Amino acid sequence: MRTDYDIIVVGAGPAGSMTAKHAARKGARVLMIEKRQEIGAPLRCAEGVNRRGLEKAGVPVDRRWVSTDISGAKLVSPGGHVFRIDESQAGNEVGMVLERHLFDKAMAADAARAGAEIWLKTAAVDVIKEGERVVGVKARREGEPLRLTAGCVVAADGFESQVARWAGIDTSLKAGDITTCFQYRMTNLRTEPDYCEFIIGSVAPGGYIWIFPKGDDTANVGIGVLASKLEKPGEVKRYLDDWIRKDERLSCGQPLEALAGGVSVSPPVERSVMDGLILVGDSARIIDPITGGGIANGLLAGMHAGNVLGDCAQAKDFSEEAMMPYDKLWRDAMEDRLWRNWMAKEKFLTLSDSTLDAVIETLSTANVDKMSVHNILIAIKERHPELVREFEELI
Amino acid sequence: MIVNIEKCMHCGACVGSCPQNAVYLNEIVLEFNEDCNRCGRCVRICPVGALKMEGKR
Ligand SMILES: Cc1cc2nc3c(=O)[nH]c(=O)nc-3n(C[C@H](O)[C@H](O)[C@H](O)COP(=O)(O)OP(=O)(O)OC[C@H]3O[C@@H](n4cnc5c(N)ncnc54)[C@H](O)[C@@H]3O)c2cc1C
Ligand code: SF4
Ligand code: SF4
Repeated sequence: MRTDYDIIVVGAGPAGSMTAKHAARKGARVLMIEKRQEIGAPLRCAEGVNRRGLEKAGVPVDRRWVSTDISGAKLVSPGGHVFRIDESQAGNEVGMVLERHLFDKAMAADAARAGAEIWLKTAAVDVIKEGERVVGVKARREGEPLRLTAGCVVAADGFESQVARWAGIDTSLKAGDITTCFQYRMTNLRTEPDYCEFIIGSVAPGGYIWIFPKGDDTANVGIGVLASKLEKPGEVKRYLDDWIRKDERLSCGQPLEALAGGVSVSPPVERSVMDGLILVGDSARIIDPITGGGIANGLLAGMHAGNVLGDCAQAKDFSEEAMMPYDKLWRDAMEDRLWRNWMAKEKFLTLSDSTLDAVIETLSTANVDKMSVHNILIAIKERHPELVREFEELI
Repeated sequence: MIVNIEKCMHCGACVGSCPQNAVYLNEIVLEFNEDCNRCGRCVRICPVGALKMEGKR
């Protein structure tokens, strides 16, 4: 059994698989380890992604992992005002609901076809350092302790983001930058089969309730609540159960699957590379702080990381300096937007239910021809300038 | 820390939220190490209320 590689990717989510694929494609010897026994399961996602996100990361759509095509989105205020955005307005921003059990496996299969090795039931439990440089990971493979060495370790371990922290990069979050989630896949619903719905306000403090269709009368019905708004243990699930009981379209449904998870709604990490270590995906805190979506950003960061690592492997140089092009690539692609949306999120938190009602009402009657955070802010400014005053610089 | 294993969803929310990086999720088993300073964040954050601090009601 080989224990030395150019690159060891920890975590076989979308970000890890993309990194592994692109690095292997350039000839690097890549091992991807995954602590679970099945890639893509259990699910921790609402599975919404936009077409442009896939396109940018060079992932062609394969119908086998698409669950449902989406025609638009509905934003629902606490008082029941509805802002509908249909596909023509949303352009490529709306997209599809995936079958992530299959999507994640397809991404990993691409990595395998490019030459990467995959080990399941293999967990990293620490990093190995020589001085300030990361030279591998301590792992457990089916319970057996193991030392794996590599030119570079890829922290693709998702929200848990432990690998980076073991290595000394602080990815810890403040409570106001964490959303905790609970979701059911429900069936026998009376919701719209091709619209994604977002319900905001005090029904989900600091977050939202989502209904993402999964074909016919089935949907992912979930909630995210900001951790700083939580008072009692178990509240997140309770908030969702309360809502389902009250919403007639949902209360007739039954669950097929339940899941939970954490989402960062923070600015991105300050440091994404160090000697022998690179951060991709959720571990680098690159989830969009407004939508909570991280699939597209994870894929794109993974693509850039893999390409840079492939070059590093050829040059046999995995120093921080050699890997810095990756840091620049992902920052150029998404950093501004992440910061802007983080600021928008901070503002969103201060809005009362009555303000949210006023805003959604405005939007539902205004003519927003192309859906974007920018256009929405402009529409609000026309009728409620006081609400966007602190946001002026974003417009 | 007391984990109610019948409630726990193995979701890792407590792991990624712990400021001390003191929680480890080994597929389905949670391990807490000595770096835990009993700040209580994980207890509050757990979406299903599966965690309880030892010595607290
Ligand atoms: C409830 C919920 C709903 C969401 N909804 C959406 C959505 O609708 N759209 C969207 O775009 N995003 C959504 N997200 C976010 C999205 O799931 C993530 O952004 C995405 O999965 C990130 O991919 P990743 O590869 O970085 O990490 P992950 O997909 O989390 O993969 C990390 C992998 O690393 C493995 N791992 C962790 N630690 C170790 C270790 N020590 N050793 C070995 N393996 C390890 C894990 O088992 C996992 O397989 C949601 C998240 C949650 C929790
Ligand atoms: S947050 Fe709760 S449900 Fe999730 S792994 Fe931790 S204890 Fe289990
Ligand atoms: S109590 Fe605080 S330090 Fe201890 S495990 Fe929970 S979050 Fe981490």
